[in-house]
Amino acid sequence: MNFLKKTVDRLEPTFSEGGKLSKLHSVFDGFKTFMFVPNTTSKSGVNIHDAIDSKRLMITVVIALIPALLFGMWNVGYQHFIAIGQDAGFWQQFFFGFLAVLPKLLVSYIVGLGIEFTSAQIKKEEIQEGFLVSGILIPMIVPVDTPLWMLGLATAFSVIFAKEVFGGTGYNIFNVALVTRAFLFFAYPTFMSGDQVWVRTRDAFWWGAGDKLDTISGATPLGQLATSAEATATYHDILGNIIGFKEAFLGMIPGSIGETSTLAILIGGALLVITGVASWKTMLSVFVGGALTALAFNTWGPDTAIAHLPWYEHLVLGGFAFGAVFMATDPVTSARTECGKWIYGFLIGVMAIVVRVLNPGYPEGMMLAILLMNIFGCLIDYFVVQRNINKRLKRISK
Amino acid sequence: MKLSDNIKNTLLGPLSKNNPVAVQVLGICSALAVTVELKPAIVMGLSVTIIVALANVVISLLRNTIPSNIRIIVQLVVVAALVTIVSEALKAFAYDISVQLSVYIGLIITNCILMGRLEAFAMGNKPGASLLDGIGNGVGYAIILVIVAFFRELFGAGTLFGFRVIPKWCYEHGYVNNGLMVMPAMAMILVACVIWAHRSIDKDLQEK
Repeated sequence: MNFLKKTVDRLEPTFSEGGKLSKLHSVFDGFKTFMFVPNTTSKSGVNIHDAIDSKRLMITVVIALIPALLFGMWNVGYQHFIAIGQDAGFWQQFFFGFLAVLPKLLVSYIVGLGIEFTSAQIKKEEIQEGFLVSGILIPMIVPVDTPLWMLGLATAFSVIFAKEVFGGTGYNIFNVALVTRAFLFFAYPTFMSGDQVWVRTRDAFWWGAGDKLDTISGATPLGQLATSAEATATYHDILGNIIGFKEAFLGMIPGSIGETSTLAILIGGALLVITGVASWKTMLSVFVGGALTALAFNTWGPDTAIAHLPWYEHLVLGGFAFGAVFMATDPVTSARTECGKWIYGFLIGVMAIVVRVLNPGYPEGMMLAILLMNIFGCLIDYFVVQRNINKRLKRISK
Repeated sequence: MKLSDNIKNTLLGPLSKNNPVAVQVLGICSALAVTVELKPAIVMGLSVTIIVALANVVISLLRNTIPSNIRIIVQLVVVAALVTIVSEALKAFAYDISVQLSVYIGLIITNCILMGRLEAFAMGNKPGASLLDGIGNGVGYAIILVIVAFFRELFGAGTLFGFRVIPKWCYEHGYVNNGLMVMPAMAMILVACVIWAHRSIDKDLQEK
């Protein structure tokens, strides 16, 4: 560490004003503060200082995402070897999934950080670290077989149009990772839904090739429910065995890479709550909103398979848990007042289930629900603050 | 020389510096609706150009006789008559495109560019200048429509004027048309990109 620090200090003059490589100042500064806590303090205004800064905050979220990511990698391999009818050990499954997911991670980070670095350099600002989290979120919320060029294009689109044009990290109205997903979903729907993309049947880096069995159906449980002609809420794994809450909770089902295992997501969620990075109020209220809406549909809803799905299964299928823990709690786009968080989360849960049940075209509603509520985050805060002001005004006038 | 400068400004100003779509942000609604393909976009641009130019001349001729408290009604009657003529002409000579444009030809009546030009220019200027102003604004509108439609048709369908531009070869290697381009949301983003590019070239237009 000492050696690293010395090297960085020695290089500093080259990159600062007047130095040979002063044009790359932002890039240098980005790497320096990525490794070391900066020793400068703010020059103006009143600031509350804490040992944690936004880089440390982001890293915590990335660590919290790792259980779900690792599980997702294993699940990709697990589904793959079932689909081609080969027996494979745990490490083989994991390694296959790792090879299949790694290019997605690389594309997302290279494209996203490339644009961030370039725009920071053009605007002569510090490089901001917001993309650290978005970059790992993006590959986790897409199917494993979405082509890489689409992922790169969508990442570029969302970093430019959802983030940089609004002013960069901390100013975006919409969650950047979800905008990427929304772009993919509307631009290339056949690569983001249906039954062809969730289970990889071809090889990963020329390894693990095989022929897909004819009996395999690659639709996600929610996809099956949305197209089901019967009115009973049953769904099956890719071999056609009927599965239930346990499998869905553990996550051995086809789905976007990181979203399948509610257990792994909850481990990450616990870390976020313990470290105080994400608000437990938002998370809890998303689940409560979703559960109540699902119960309402169970009782009064239309006579379709998805409306009959019990509330506890709604919460563990699809991206519901992932969205609740990692997306709804995004500190930039969510409501910030404590009371606002309850309302914001609750409405996300409600909207997600409403979209799932009432729109057969969209088997999953979490993405649309969170993007919709992103718009209202500030408005909710405004009304919460205004209500407080009015209450106090009344107290004065008494 | 002063006169020709005036003419130049009236005719060419709306193409860039004073563009009705990119600078005044008028007529956005139809710009989003008819730009999925190039052909209807060009027909729409032409129709608007003809209607604005003629309506400008007619209103300019009448400008001293229109009582100011009913002037909007008079303007609307003139525009509605012209729109009906254009709409019937399209139905007679270019039926397919008129079906494609459907209500949007009729809705030219409510296009804000028209009312804007009639109110702001034709009510206070001579017929000759009004004609030039109408043509300038119509063409300025058409330019933006064509730019947006070019990108939407190219990336949304892989064609231009209905001819395949992106070769089969690309599709065989995994290229897929972008479904978002066909939706109005992407048209909005493209209009924003045009405005962005326009303002980075022409620095005078940037707001403080």
